Amino acid sequence: MILSESWLREWVNPDLDSDELAHRLTMAGLEVDAVTPLAEGLSGVIVAEIVAAQQHPDADKLKVCSVNTGSDIVQIVCGAPNAEVGLKAPLAQPGDKLPGGVKIKKAKLRGVESQGMLCSAAELTLSEDHDGLLALASDAPVGTDITEYLDLDDRLIEIGLTPNRADCLSVLGVARDLAVVVDLPFNGEATAPVEPALDETFPVTVLSPEKCPRYLGRVIRDVDINRPTPLFMVERLRRSGIRSIDPVVDITNYVMLEIGQPLHAFNLEALEGGIVVREAQPNEALTLLDGQSREMTAGTLMIADEVKPLAMAGIMGGEGSGVDQQTRHLFLEAAFFTPELMAGRARQCGLHTDASHRYERGVDPELPYRAIERATTLLMEWVGGKPGPITDISATEHLPVRAGVTLRASAIKGMLGIEVPADEVTRILKGLGFEVVVDSAAQEWCCTAPSWRFDMGLEADLIEEIARIFGYDNIPTLPVQGASQAGVNSEATASLADIRHRLVSRGFNEAITFSFVSPAAQALFDPDWVPVALKNPISSDLAVMRTSLLPGLAGAAAHNIKRQITRVRFFETGLRFLPEANGLMQTPTLALILCGARTPEGWSAQSESVDFYDLKGEIEALLAAAAKPVTFRSVVRAGLHDGQTAEVVLGDSVIGVMGRLHPTAASELDLPDKTFVAELDLAEVLQRAMPDYHDISRYPEVRRDLAVVLDKQVAASAAVDLVKAAAGEYLADVVVFDLYEGEGVAENEKSLAMGLTFRDQSRTLTDEEVSNALAQVIDSLTEKLGARLRH
Amino acid sequence: MQALDTLKAEATTAISSAEDASALEKLRVELLGKKGRVTDLLKSLGQLDASERPKAGAEINALKQHLNSLISERKQILQSAALAEQLANERLDVTLPGRGEQTGSLHPITRTIERMAAFFATLGFDVVEGPEVEDDYHNFEALNIPAHHPARAMHDTFYVDDNHVLRTHTSGVQVRTMERLAPPIRVICPGRVYRCDSDLTHSPMFHQVEGLLVDQNVNFGQLKGIIQQFLAAFFEQDDLAVRFRPSYFPFTEPSAEVDIQCVKCAGEGCRICSGTGWLEVMGCGMVHPRVLEMSGIDGERFPGFAFGMGVERLAMLRYGIGDLRLNFENDLRFLSQFR
Repeated sequence: MILSESWLREWVNPDLDSDELAHRLTMAGLEVDAVTPLAEGLSGVIVAEIVAAQQHPDADKLKVCSVNTGSDIVQIVCGAPNAEVGLKAPLAQPGDKLPGGVKIKKAKLRGVESQGMLCSAAELTLSEDHDGLLALASDAPVGTDITEYLDLDDRLIEIGLTPNRADCLSVLGVARDLAVVVDLPFNGEATAPVEPALDETFPVTVLSPEKCPRYLGRVIRDVDINRPTPLFMVERLRRSGIRSIDPVVDITNYVMLEIGQPLHAFNLEALEGGIVVREAQPNEALTLLDGQSREMTAGTLMIADEVKPLAMAGIMGGEGSGVDQQTRHLFLEAAFFTPELMAGRARQCGLHTDASHRYERGVDPELPYRAIERATTLLMEWVGGKPGPITDISATEHLPVRAGVTLRASAIKGMLGIEVPADEVTRILKGLGFEVVVDSAAQEWCCTAPSWRFDMGLEADLIEEIARIFGYDNIPTLPVQGASQAGVNSEATASLADIRHRLVSRGFNEAITFSFVSPAAQALFDPDWVPVALKNPISSDLAVMRTSLLPGLAGAAAHNIKRQITRVRFFETGLRFLPEANGLMQTPTLALILCGARTPEGWSAQSESVDFYDLKGEIEALLAAAAKPVTFRSVVRAGLHDGQTAEVVLGDSVIGVMGRLHPTAASELDLPDKTFVAELDLAEVLQRAMPDYHDISRYPEVRRDLAVVLDKQVAASAAVDLVKAAAGEYLADVVVFDLYEGEGVAENEKSLAMGLTFRDQSRTLTDEEVSNALAQVIDSLTEKLGARLRH
Repeated sequence: MQALDTLKAEATTAISSAEDASALEKLRVELLGKKGRVTDLLKSLGQLDASERPKAGAEINALKQHLNSLISERKQILQSAALAEQLANERLDVTLPGRGEQTGSLHPITRTIERMAAFFATLGFDVVEGPEVEDDYHNFEALNIPAHHPARAMHDTFYVDDNHVLRTHTSGVQVRTMERLAPPIRVICPGRVYRCDSDLTHSPMFHQVEGLLVDQNVNFGQLKGIIQQFLAAFFEQDDLAVRFRPSYFPFTEPSAEVDIQCVKCAGEGCRICSGTGWLEVMGCGMVHPRVLEMSGIDGERFPGFAFGMGVERLAMLRYGIGDLRLNFENDLRFLSQFR
């Protein structure tokens, strides 16, 4: 909300400069976003009148005007279309300055001298309007300084109001808070009611009293709508961002800005039978003042007459029933609509109006009386007219109940950590409009909230009011004690930070990608899931919740490859969103992606591309302390290479998958053919076994190497498992140290070399013992896997 | 015994000019070996008169010892020289880069969350996490934001279905924690949050860290204290000016927005702080009594305070990152700056 500082100071005028005033408002919870000087730098410009105008001899579009400055007649060359005799407009003479610092000089335009410049509104930075000279009222006093005449020595205060402070959507509301903050008296009393000049009323029926608990209306006959809106009003409206329309609409808007009550003026002659406040009928449509026809949704509150809809209650008036240049008789409306039932209605129709903004947040239900009298007074003053009596349809049972709350001094101390002096508490509460009964003995205040506050049902609500006016700066900063209970962490669960740091040490960069992905990328990896779709995605590329982290990581890798960074090692942790039969599972997940060279580019070695085993090594390292055996099982998965993909199995459960991107997927994702990805259930990765300590043998170990030729299809793990099973109790370790295929080995065979380490805890093993064990291993490999020794 | 002197002189010269270990060894054999010249001299002692023998023997033995020690001295010298030469030959260009994997990087957001968590851990706050697809109750209702509350419009919520949203803050985790645990409660809730808004200064996904303390005798002054301490620690600036400004959140009361003195211009006013000298960095307040009540906590006995901050905002201020979108592009030239 933007309001004029000079208008605010008319209500409360503390001895503070603009910045300090803004600061005090901010520190009381009315955050001032900006203070903008109006027409800053303007000097010297006066009101002047064109007394003669002739065509420029050498330019079709220019006129040579004689302009009365009040003390002189000067010659001004002007190109504005409205530069006609009789027009009063701002005149800048040589030496004057325009906002922004432009200094006016004498000039010749096409050979004719111009002793200054007549100004448009844009040139005075009063609006964007370049289309002609700023036409001043015909009674504008010639020669007067324009700054004085238009009250331009003013600043616009822009306040970012929180949604609970609808009461401050007016000068009255802000002034009331300001007065309490600066401890100045404040006269918030209403002006005296208007004496009706007519007996005439117009019937009003409220069929939805729960939505419209109060409806006030009044007939005003014989207004002269062709009179101009007073300048001060046009200016104040403009400074709050509202265009002047006609004096009747301007006055209703002015009262709204001044005291916060939206009003609507109907053309009485367009109304048939009587006003009916009711819900929209099925398929009812209405063309609003913005010229658009809208179909009303069920439950929308309408202001109608007995024949037709007239307006969307509290949002916008309809075309055809509002005032226009021919209107002579008015029906003026001021109503209270229940905030909760107004909420969201405007937005449903794509509308947001000054009225809906206020009604959704809550307009003081007592305000219609004051507003309709104020508006009537202003109408009579500026457009004349004879008012009838007010028709008041109020359903008291549906009006908000003004909350009674007891505030305890002890509760203030308890919540804020400081005692606020009792007199100060009383002053603040009364200043904010509470009815207060002070119980000094009990150190309590029995309060009734003002009708304009909808957020005052609890003691805490009152304490907040005390705190913000008393000043947060005046509440001491107190130390916080540490917890008395120490935290407990299980050693069997690694922290996520630990996992991340380990990956970073192994050369991975952490990526953070969006949790929503494109349906196409999603389907590439998880075609069988129907992902959770957003109802209102930000774009079609970010439309579904990921069931895998891989689309995001693939995108991150591709981003870098496009920028000539070809070696990528990313990890990401985050949730996957899996719509399982028994509900949505949100599973913490770790994903990896590798592509490019195995080692960073360097001088000492030509680096080959990463392969399956590089990624597998990373996973084995991550799971090195797993509590159960980790195995890898060949598997086929969408988006991954049929022959280079494995499930990662921990004990009996599959905890993830790893493998190479399918060539089609890689090309679709703009990634290298040799791109490897893995995705693991993070909770499982975090689990680790307690260290299983055993004594170190003091006796030497014996190593025997063994090379066997096997069918190519036999998995290395089968040979290793067999070795472990057959080698007996002294086998301490077995490692595959070579794999050979090619010359010297048949096409369908491979040679596998294994190193076996034997050891005993209590003695040195004999050669015979080791040889026996090795013989058993060879027998077993031969018998069960058809292996033969390679020599 | 002129022969002895001659031998001594010859041998001394030969030893000191031996070029390498093998020449020296050859010389040793020549002189002191079984058939060496000194050995020969010893053998010839028998030809001498018995009265001359002891003296001659002693002289020859002295020569033998002398030569032995010359040889081992020379050997030392040669060994040192050989070692020195080897070292010289093995000299490397120490300026060439080392070999092996380079260190990766933690995302600045994660790094920032870890720093925040570490600070609050010292005060006994545990890290708790929760679902990101959140039900309406935990994201709104339980936080005193009923349907049609104007605050909802400010949340730019992503909807999943009529009853589920992408959480707009991590406050739902606080609610879930209060439902699960009895006071005293000290938790922080870091994580991803979502708002349907995307432009230069808004990302549809970003991160928050929220904190909650529910205990006896908790008050607003302590809230100010903990926030002040945290911000001073986060920016490693003991005298950081911090300002608490009244504001409104449906779930706290009293509520405050927290500004710090601009870390760029130290309050002078610059582009970063829009000329105000202040930067808004957090929101906080005393937990609203209705929020405590809905989560089954007796607010009279156990009041609480809560605070929340945007991680991107604080990370960007801390590291001087000027563009929010960099956080989600995952450009390695950006990420690898946070090793």
